[in-house]
Amino acid sequence: MDDAITVRDLVVDRGGRRVLDGISCAVPRGAVTGLLGPSGSGKTTFMRAVVGVQVVSAGSVSVLGQPAGTPALRHRVGYLTQAPSVYADLTVRENARYFAALYGRGRAEADQAVRDVGLAEAAGQLVVTLSGGQRSRASLACALVGDPELVILDEPTVGQDPVLRADLWARFHAMAAAGTTLLVSSHVMDEAARCDRLLLIRQGRLIADDSPAAIRAAAGVDDLDEAFLRLIRAGAGEES
Amino acid sequence: MNPRILAATTGRILRQLRHDRRTIALLVVVPAVLLTLVYFMYVDHPTPPGQPSMFDRIALVMLGIFPFVIMFLVTSIAMLRERTSGTLERLLTTPLGKLDLLFGYGIAFGLAAAVQAAVAAAVAYWIFDLSTVGSSGLVIGIAVLDAVLGVALGLLCSAFARTEFQAVQFLPVVVVPQLLLCGLFVARDQMAGWLQALSDAFPLSYAIEALQEVGANAEPTGVLWRDVGVVLGAVVLALVLAAATLRRRTG
Repeated sequence: MDDAITVRDLVVDRGGRRVLDGISCAVPRGAVTGLLGPSGSGKTTFMRAVVGVQVVSAGSVSVLGQPAGTPALRHRVGYLTQAPSVYADLTVRENARYFAALYGRGRAEADQAVRDVGLAEAAGQLVVTLSGGQRSRASLACALVGDPELVILDEPTVGQDPVLRADLWARFHAMAAAGTTLLVSSHVMDEAARCDRLLLIRQGRLIADDSPAAIRAAAGVDDLDEAFLRLIRAGAGEES
Repeated sequence: MNPRILAATTGRILRQLRHDRRTIALLVVVPAVLLTLVYFMYVDHPTPPGQPSMFDRIALVMLGIFPFVIMFLVTSIAMLRERTSGTLERLLTTPLGKLDLLFGYGIAFGLAAAVQAAVAAAVAYWIFDLSTVGSSGLVIGIAVLDAVLGVALGLLCSAFARTEFQAVQFLPVVVVPQLLLCGLFVARDQMAGWLQALSDAFPLSYAIEALQEVGANAEPTGVLWRDVGVVLGAVVLALVLAAATLRRRTG
């Protein structure tokens, strides 16, 4: 089976600074791949390159067999930006129905997407009156409403309470089991363990690309946080 | 462009407006209040025999200028909010076409302007007894076209603004010169040649001339239709340029 995303030697410069420095990796279909790394490591830039809104200096990004940003891909890829990008002056339901309409979906699908993120009770509320966590889930509903084949989620669980966070992860795995590919970024290492596969980036370079179990085994520790620390130190040792 | 997406986008913009009652009230009430000011400014002003009164002359032009200025500002800010809230970046990853978004704004704010122009014209004609030789329907139609011109220029200018501070500065840059040279303050044929040339290059000049044609002639004139054509052309040009400056990929 071919990969959902194939990245080759990706280089991105933003504001005169090299943000991604020669990344090559692949994201398998029908799985949850975690994009891990500290704030400022280039996670968001990587995701922007995958959805095709980032100007790329060098390298190639192929998504579902086509170059990233190809018009036909816009029907097949859902994107959740890091800051909730929904209309604050519309209700949750109105936001979901608008994004549903863009993907050719109806009201029933929009209302289902709102229920799926646990916002059924707040559906009639203006987004501006929601809490940060609710707002982020409203934004998530709009990313999932088109039932995309590939879902790019930039820090979807920030600010959610632990129960909701577990619910969301269960939902991500259910989607993957049904064949959807998910790329989920996080800077929280305890979420890494929930992923089928991990990409760890730091300072614009890929320092790990494997399953959580393989990364633990390679580093010789059970704790992923500790495993990443060893990988980073080992990488720094090679460079010097 | 896709009719379904265009309709959804227009509906979404109107729904945003509907939730903002204060803006609706301001849109409808402010032009009427300003017309009241204009009326009392000129109420004692002598009218030379055989000429339209000062109020008739100014109010008619104002019916076109209010929607132009107001919709320019409203649109610049609305589009900038799309940019700063991240919704624009997200929209550009969906099947929405750039023209769906831009024409969506044009249609939605054009509809809002139609309500605004109808109320302002009703106040001018019924309360302040505005008289025009041509039909009031044409006056409202041209006022709506002026509003759409404001929307189109606002969309184009917002592409060059990164912050609200910058967006607001485009009012003195883009709108005020058009107001000064549109023929309201000095008749266009009495200006210096280079000012006339500038005036000829500004779309608002044609919009105002069209209103003056309705004011002076019972039937639509050839000049009127030419002016309407020029303004429509300017609207389409501004929207296409706005689409060209709207980049899906950014640094």
